[in-house]
Amino acid sequence: MNYFLTPEQELIQQIARRFARERVAPLSAALDEKSEFPRRLLEVLAKTDLCGVYIPEEYGGLGGGMFEFCLVVEEISRVDSGVAISFAGTGLGTIPILLYGNEEQKKKYLPDVAAGKKIGAFGLTEANAGSDSFAQETTAVKDGDYYVINGTKQWITNAGEADVYTVVAVTNRAKGARGISTFIVEKGTPGFSFGKKENKMGIRASTTGGLVFNNCRVPRENLLAKEGMGMIVVGRTFDQSRPGVAAQAVGIAQGALDQALKFARHRVQFGQPVIRMQAVQHMLADMAIQTEAARALVYSVARDIDSGGKGVAKAASIAKVFASDAAMKVSTDAVQIMGGAGYMKDYPVERMMRDAKITQIYEGTNQIQRNIIASELIKERDEW
Amino acid sequence: MNIVACIKQVPDTSEVKIDRETNTLIREGVPSIINPFDLNAIEEGLLLKERFGGSVTVISMGPPQVESALREALSLGVDRVVLLCDRAFAGSDTLATSCTLAAAIREIGFDLILCGKQAIDGDTAQVGPEIAEWLDVPHLTYISAVEEVSDRSITVSRLLEGGYERVRASLPALLTVVKELNEPRLPGYRASLRAKTEPVTTWGAAGLNLDPANIGMKGSPTKVTRSFVPELGRQGQFLAGSPEEQAAALIAALRSARIVHGSAKES
Ligand SMILES: Cc1cc2nc3c(=O)[nH]c(=O)nc-3n(C[C@H](O)[C@H](O)[C@H](O)COP(=O)(O)OP(=O)(O)OC[C@H]3O[C@@H](n4cnc5c(N)ncnc54)[C@H](O)[C@@H]3O)c2cc1C
Ligand SMILES: Cc1cc2nc3c(=O)[nH]c(=O)nc-3n(C[C@H](O)[C@H](O)[C@H](O)COP(=O)(O)OP(=O)(O)OC[C@H]3O[C@@H](n4cnc5c(N)ncnc54)[C@H](O)[C@@H]3O)c2cc1C
Repeated sequence: MNYFLTPEQELIQQIARRFARERVAPLSAALDEKSEFPRRLLEVLAKTDLCGVYIPEEYGGLGGGMFEFCLVVEEISRVDSGVAISFAGTGLGTIPILLYGNEEQKKKYLPDVAAGKKIGAFGLTEANAGSDSFAQETTAVKDGDYYVINGTKQWITNAGEADVYTVVAVTNRAKGARGISTFIVEKGTPGFSFGKKENKMGIRASTTGGLVFNNCRVPRENLLAKEGMGMIVVGRTFDQSRPGVAAQAVGIAQGALDQALKFARHRVQFGQPVIRMQAVQHMLADMAIQTEAARALVYSVARDIDSGGKGVAKAASIAKVFASDAAMKVSTDAVQIMGGAGYMKDYPVERMMRDAKITQIYEGTNQIQRNIIASELIKERDEW
Repeated sequence: MNIVACIKQVPDTSEVKIDRETNTLIREGVPSIINPFDLNAIEEGLLLKERFGGSVTVISMGPPQVESALREALSLGVDRVVLLCDRAFAGSDTLATSCTLAAAIREIGFDLILCGKQAIDGDTAQVGPEIAEWLDVPHLTYISAVEEVSDRSITVSRLLEGGYERVRASLPALLTVVKELNEPRLPGYRASLRAKTEPVTTWGAAGLNLDPANIGMKGSPTKVTRSFVPELGRQGQFLAGSPEEQAAALIAALRSARIVHGSAKES
């Protein structure tokens, strides 16, 4: 399908595709097996300029938006979404700075992120604050020119690998949801350490771990936006970033479809390639329908976001749910079409099926997305 | 540091088929690529520029379609590309090729010249060392690591069959490089945009002060008299089993070939 990409967007897609096929694909199985963070690959990506694809030119980026970000995430995910999310995790950590950072903060952090010299992360989730992200227990107490942070974040993408962390903490418990704030915390700040690295089902190349704050003193300049705006920062960040998860899902679905098609064309049973069986053809057709529909939706939402569209929350959630459910279904069917071979680690669909699951869980589970969509629907007035 | 990297456009031999009648490569319809080792030469040039400043110029001699290889070099981020293209260069063997390249490199100016260890089609590995001879600078071949660079010298590792050899040469010098040297980068976004519009400097024989006797067909003493697939003369044989069994099998084989004589007891 023609999505009318500009020549610049086509170039971005082309470079990301080459990166994925030539550099990521040969390493994927080993990165998954060893659960190894793809640092070297991110360095290779940095030299293509794509690390700064969503960062304005004045801060050293390419000046694209979430659409271009999604193109890159999709292409890498088509081969290995664990590697893609190691890149996208930096995006999640950087979007709050892009949206709410002041000039000094932007100048300080964005150029290094754009150049791929710094990796980012986003620390919201805690042991008792998962879907209920307002139930934050981490605190940040003002002390002169500093905030003193105490608490523990869990399941943070790029934990320990990242240089710059956007961290959510309670600054005034009495104010409830309006007493939560966001901070930029640099790796190496005294009192800031890392918990254990998780052993995961999928996206195993991506590192997931804990952030531990023990009287960690963060300078006042590192407060993002204003005190009490934390959950607004979080909400607006997710509005922007969720299409990125959806793009990851589209990439997984497309990658699984690519593999299943190739296999079905060559695997001969009952004297003919299995692609000649109508039952298999219909599965492939359904996979193509879901993948393309998901892509169309993700691209539309990403463009809406980049054009400054208001009220993108619902659309972002719709895209995330639809695409992630598609990725789970398509990757499961890809394994089915490939039979026993699909179940073996010799073929990438086994990994893709494990990888797909996370897209239905993080940045808000699909149940939470449906809550968001429903609550927006409830707010809408009768059309006629 | 001013660096010149020499690249050759070659057919992608992983896609190439051999004409069994003539024993030559069937080049039609085969995609052209930059000789893989030359990508390592470009990468090292870019890495050295990142460390020491200066510029990287990429040069290639060949027909007009070599422009696409040079545009690819631009997309990797080199500063400038030069195409040597002239009917007078046609029919060059390695001697004429290196003479022509050397004249152009002299014109560009250089502290370091980087070549691939060999071209995957011609395979002679002669052009690099010959360029150095024409320019009267030292050459170091099969380089797998650049260890030290100072104003006046360069220290490198050579990849040899039995190990590595560390050598130092005065600058300017010429290196031919192997793939172990580095991992070539992918095209960059910004450089790719530039590569679309940047003019490719093209030089012919006229401006290069070349003796017509040294270039093209005239400057090429090599004659191809016949090309053929060598007969399979000898074949290896693997012996299996315990050391004793292998020794017995070897002695039996040597005896039956009448290379050794006598019975087992006597020996
Ligand atoms: C690999 C990985 C990487 C992650 N990376 C990050 C990161 O970088 N930064 C970060 O901050 N967090 C990160 N997370 C955390 C992630 O966002 C949370 O896991 C997710 O939001 C769900 O929270 P939970 O796991 O605590 O599930 P829970 O909230 O415990 O939910 C359990 C179940 O209950 C359902 N449920 C809960 N509440 C409702 C409700 N109101 N209505 C209907 N159903 C409900 C959920 O859908 C789910 O099925 C990551 C998680 C993983 C696994
Ligand atoms: C016996 C023989 C006869 C030949 N006769 C003819 C002929 O009649 N007509 C004809 O057109 N060709 C002819 N050729 C081909 C041509 O001479 C060679 O392809 C060319 O000189 C390069 O040699 P090579 O491929 O062995 O490169 P190598 O010496 O193996 O290449 C080493 C390195 O030198 C550099 N290099 C090589 N060629 C170039 C180039 N063109 N531009 C820039 N850098 C380069 C690259 O860095 C390369 O990695 C002949 C080749 C041989 C071996």
